[in-house]
Amino acid sequence: MTAKKNSNWSLWIGFLFVLAGFLSYAFFAQFPITRDFPWANLLLFAVGGILLVLGLFRALGRPQIYRGKISGLILAALGISIFGLFSYIFFYQLRQVPLSTAAPRVGQKAPEFTLSNQDGKEVSLSDLVGRSKAVALIFYRGFW
Amino acid sequence: MVAISVDTPEINRRQRQKLGYTYTFLSDPKAEAIRRYDVLHRGAGPNGTDIARPAEFLIDSSGIIRWVNLTENLAVRARPEQVLEAFKQEGPAGSQ
Repeated sequence: MTAKKNSNWSLWIGFLFVLAGFLSYAFFAQFPITRDFPWANLLLFAVGGILLVLGLFRALGRPQIYRGKISGLILAALGISIFGLFSYIFFYQLRQVPLSTAAPRVGQKAPEFTLSNQDGKEVSLSDLVGRSKAVALIFYRGFW
Repeated sequence: MVAISVDTPEINRRQRQKLGYTYTFLSDPKAEAIRRYDVLHRGAGPNGTDIARPAEFLIDSSGIIRWVNLTENLAVRARPEQVLEAFKQEGPAGSQ
């Protein structure tokens, strides 16, 4: 009679950490330290990776004791893909920012414009500059 | 402080109210000012529309640019401390 095999919790917890590493960026993006460079996410991926490797070692190295040969390989493959996707998005896609080489530089006159404010009233840059010590112009992508 | 995007005044009014901001939001749907400052990001918006890439410019009372921030990574934005520090060097009293 064969002894009952142990469940390979390391594989599943490891995978959950990897998943959390990917999904949690939306949360960590609220804080500049973890938004500018994804420390927290990389840490979650690292912990997940270690647990997945541990689980694989157990499943493949001691199959008489631990379950999870096939599920381990699948989870590990999924884990690598998720980490790969995250890295691609963060370290490649988000860096695809236009060069903006013709942007006005320090010392140059700020280009004039007249645009509608949130109440539909026309506002020109010269108006704003005329009545302030300084104007901070913040271009952003939009609230879509 | 003045925020500029391609969003319409209606969207700006709603978001401004919802988020409790008090500074001015300007609407640049044709990306005219965006192009003049060379911060256009072609096709990066929903359905491939043109939008602005994040950028901050500090302008003094004579209309001269004193500080520019163009980040290399869309996830990185000027932190409030950075903008405030740049403001301090120009004199904060009465600034928008």
